[in-house]
Amino acid sequence: MVTRGFFSGRRPPSDTDTRIPPGQYLEQGFPVLSAGPTPRVRTEDWSFTLKRGPRPLKTWNWAEFNALPQSNMTRDIHCVTAWTKFNTPWQGVMIDDILADAGIQPPTAYTLALSFDGYSTNVPTKDLVTGKAMVALLYEGKPITADHGGPARLLVPHLYFWKSAKWVNGLQFTERDEPGFWELRGYHMYGDPWREQRYSSDP
Amino acid sequence: MTAEPSPQSPWQAATITRIQKRTPRVASFWFQPTRPFAHLAGQHVDIRLTAPDGYQARRSYSIASAPGGGIELAIERLDDGEVSPFFHDVAAVGDEIKLRGPLGGHFIWEESDGGPILLVGGGSGVVPLMAMLRHRTLRNTAVPVALIFSARVWDEVIFRDELIGLDDRRDGFDLVLTLTREPARRPSDYSRRVDARMMAQAVERLPKAPRLAYVCGANAFVSAAADALIGAGVPAGLIRTERYGV
Repeated sequence: MVTRGFFSGRRPPSDTDTRIPPGQYLEQGFPVLSAGPTPRVRTEDWSFTLKRGPRPLKTWNWAEFNALPQSNMTRDIHCVTAWTKFNTPWQGVMIDDILADAGIQPPTAYTLALSFDGYSTNVPTKDLVTGKAMVALLYEGKPITADHGGPARLLVPHLYFWKSAKWVNGLQFTERDEPGFWELRGYHMYGDPWREQRYSSDP
Repeated sequence: MTAEPSPQSPWQAATITRIQKRTPRVASFWFQPTRPFAHLAGQHVDIRLTAPDGYQARRSYSIASAPGGGIELAIERLDDGEVSPFFHDVAAVGDEIKLRGPLGGHFIWEESDGGPILLVGGGSGVVPLMAMLRHRTLRNTAVPVALIFSARVWDEVIFRDELIGLDDRRDGFDLVLTLTREPARRPSDYSRRVDARMMAQAVERLPKAPRLAYVCGANAFVSAAADALIGAGVPAGLIRTERYGV
């Protein structure tokens, strides 16, 4: 059904529209969204822990984590609130390199990303490994600001951006696919922007 | 009663039944969905517009009406927007719009959540807070609520007469207006941006410490207001935020 009188819109340039998932629009800025106040995590208080269920496997402090191999990812990102931003440049540690430093293979098929403010979000483990995701430490070459999730945020750019947990402080491997914060509040368990998996009732 | 979205599409047609100008830049639009649904105070709907060539634009809008009070969206005209100018310049009573909802499970208040409640809104960020206030009024509960509402000028205070009317009931609801570009008009109001001292004074007006705080508005406003609440001693874990814009 066409909406009467709606013609204009903010159409993307035709050479880029294949990069914009359905229902998204191109945003030049970098909007900030969060469920609560912005935590200010000092790097001296920062740590990152891999866990299997409740059991810690390995913990890094800020200096140790920054000493891990650093990689760059420049990716388009897609927020469930319908904006898409092209070519966002991140630097950080690939999940593959975190696992390698811990000397483990992914122990389970599901993962919960955990954050300093109590936030959590679930991602299948296979979506975190083989070069798909990182714990980002820099954005545009500079430390990630607190409102964008600094000191460190998860980056899983092929899923809606709420999966890229801000203020991340660990990954917890789980036996089952356990819903995180937004997934318990009506948002999709997987969140593929190309299949428009925004809400839990989406296929 | 909540109607389940159909398996084919969660979108449904909704007819605009009424339009009312609220401020120079904000108007309320009432919708009658084909399949009526029940919402919670603070939830939003998604709106989808389709152009003749198939191009679609979608945006989320908070519901201003209380549960049971129909679907009222108060939409601010953003000059560089693509959906809000359509509503202000084109949409008319009788038009059908695609709508999806209700949505959102975090920025909501139900009577069973209790209080006291601190609401902090900037500009059109007051809309979901209005749904909470109207719900409180309809439920006739004594839950203490303070609303700190920041607007640029007096004429941009959305729902102004209704809010002042609620304030005049003295039934446990306190309205605090703060105007950032004009002098205050009422003795209890301010004329500055929100800050920790303003929040602390609002907390003092409540009979006891707030159980929950809800902050909604543009991103910079929400950041400042949430920090101000923390500065006033409100624990971060009690503060729920909803942000929009860059």
